[in-house]
Amino acid sequence: MGDGAFAETRGQVRAALRPYLAVLASRVRAQRAYRTSFRADLVGAAVVGLTEMAEVVVLFSAANGTLGGLDLAQALLVLGLAELAFSSADMMFGHVDNLAQQVRAGTVDILYLRPQPLLAQLVTSDISLRRLGRSAVAVVVLVGALVVNDVDWGPRTVVLLALSLVCGFAIFCANYVGAGGLQFFLLNAQEVTNAFVYGGRHASTQPATVWLRGITVIFGFVFPMAFCAYLPAMLLLGEPGAPWLPAWLGWFAPVAAAWSWAFGLFAWCSGVRHYQGGGG
Amino acid sequence: MTRTETARPAAAGSVEVRDLTREFRVRNGLTVRRLTAVDHMTWSIAPGEAVGYIGANGAGKSTTIKMLAGILVPSTGEVTTCGLRPVKDRRRLARRIGVVFGQRSQLWWDLPVRESFGILAAIHSLSRGQERARTDELVETLDMGDYLGTPVRQLSLGQRMRAEVAAALLHRPELLILDEPTIGLDVLSKQRLREFLVRERAEHGTTLLLTTHDMGDVERLCDRVLVVDHGRLAYDGTLDGLGRTVGAERVLIVDLAEPHGDLEVPGARHLRSEGGGLRQQLAFDPAATTAARVLAAVSERVEVLDLTIAEPDVEDVVRRIYERAATSTS
Ligand SMILES: Nc1ncnc2c1ncn2[C@@H]1O[C@H](COP(=O)(O)OP(=O)(O)OP(=O)(O)O)[C@@H](O)[C@H]1O
Ligand SMILES: [Mg+2]
Repeated sequence: MGDGAFAETRGQVRAALRPYLAVLASRVRAQRAYRTSFRADLVGAAVVGLTEMAEVVVLFSAANGTLGGLDLAQALLVLGLAELAFSSADMMFGHVDNLAQQVRAGTVDILYLRPQPLLAQLVTSDISLRRLGRSAVAVVVLVGALVVNDVDWGPRTVVLLALSLVCGFAIFCANYVGAGGLQFFLLNAQEVTNAFVYGGRHASTQPATVWLRGITVIFGFVFPMAFCAYLPAMLLLGEPGAPWLPAWLGWFAPVAAAWSWAFGLFAWCSGVRHYQGGGG
Repeated sequence: MTRTETARPAAAGSVEVRDLTREFRVRNGLTVRRLTAVDHMTWSIAPGEAVGYIGANGAGKSTTIKMLAGILVPSTGEVTTCGLRPVKDRRRLARRIGVVFGQRSQLWWDLPVRESFGILAAIHSLSRGQERARTDELVETLDMGDYLGTPVRQLSLGQRMRAEVAAALLHRPELLILDEPTIGLDVLSKQRLREFLVRERAEHGTTLLLTTHDMGDVERLCDRVLVVDHGRLAYDGTLDGLGRTVGAERVLIVDLAEPHGDLEVPGARHLRSEGGGLRQQLAFDPAATTAARVLAAVSERVEVLDLTIAEPDVEDVVRRIYERAATSTS
């Protein structure tokens, strides 16, 4: 009986996922079809990741090795966590941020003609495998930082790492969804939403101790970027955190992720309701 | 019309539009203007009907279609498509209608046609068996065998349009909505597509709603015409009736073997002659006679080398309707 119910559920899940997997599989095939350009894209993405790292190194050497109470090794842990979460989110959700272009091209209208939820279709309409280049750099930075820093290995560390990566990923994805939703209203506003998506990414790699109070409120609580990497990293390192953002808040990363998604989905749903059609 | 599928819901393919209005806010510099694209329209389509939805550019045809499909939310009024409320029941409706927007593609430009069909079959949860049977049927009737393996971006417009129509029909929708399906197609491609649609409807009883700027499409495919003008319904009836009310004439243009004086043929009206009478234009009312009869009458008098038939275009018909309305109210 139990086995039968399980098999049935599995069948249903498979049937529900089939439309998305069919599209995604075709995107993966299409990207791999152009091998040389795909390799070049991978390398390009890795270079972007390396540049982000170089920026942090330069910043710290200019500040004589410490900034906001962190040393370079600690800062690289924050960077590694943030970059891995961000590059994964960018790979799977990045194109949601091109919504305005897709509206103009009329591809959004086409999604309305298919029997799946719009957001799920849009997210699975593409996947940027080249971002794996950036993720690879992030993994190296993260592993290196975990080795160099004084981290107590145990179940707590593993849980914290997983929590940080999963919630960071969720928060970045939610930002993309919110940015997409806003673009239904502001078809020429990709600069604005970029500021908020990439500004948020940048904030997530910084020690929150250097933030001004206003920024702490914005990136600590409104767009909870501090929960993506900084706070969990402070917990991992046994550091106290920042004023207004004590390290223990890091355990509340799932709450921050849920809040981000509530905000992102609200923006998305308002956008869908507001949709004016792709012209023509 | 023979129906092979009898197990269809009662509202299969029907459309009902009541007092439907859609406004857009159009920003013009700093001022925001309201534009009424669809203005209090009321009409309905019964299951199995084939309806031409015509009107000038910007009349509101595509806007109406987007509301029927659940893409746009009506400003006021009601739409029911296949017995469902399009916005609220969009996902259920998507399984029951097929839509082609002539100016955009629902295929994947970088994939072969066959793969696009495969993905759409997955999207509509067709089983492998259903997918194969339906794809084979469409490939055969639309004559797509030669280019199934070709990436969509390499197709000619005519080939792509056939693939688009097939894509919209893959899940056997009750209602097929075509927004300018023949735009840019040559005469032969248009002809093929029309023949296919006639056959598809005869076999499956699919309801058809079609917008076009080509009266030929309406003539070959539609039992009924809705004319929309500035968002308002200007005419609802048969095409013959439309021709009669506005006196829309077709024009037979003949090239003669040798010059001839102005031709006088029963049932047709001489419009003009060119090249000293080598080419002549004869207008006739398609409700009263046929092109063949006029041509036969001409051939009795002179030797015809070549001929073309000019259809009254939609803009002309709409303009006449509009003029008629203007004169009857003044
Ligand atoms: N998203 C939009 N925002 C603002 N105005 C719009 C929008 N979509 C359509 N319109 C306007 O609404 C009116 C009706 O447009 P619609 O596309 O429905 O016309 P149409 O009958 O399909 O014309 P065509 O024959 O050119 O396709 C036009 O004046 C158009 O400019
Ligand atoms: Mg249109």
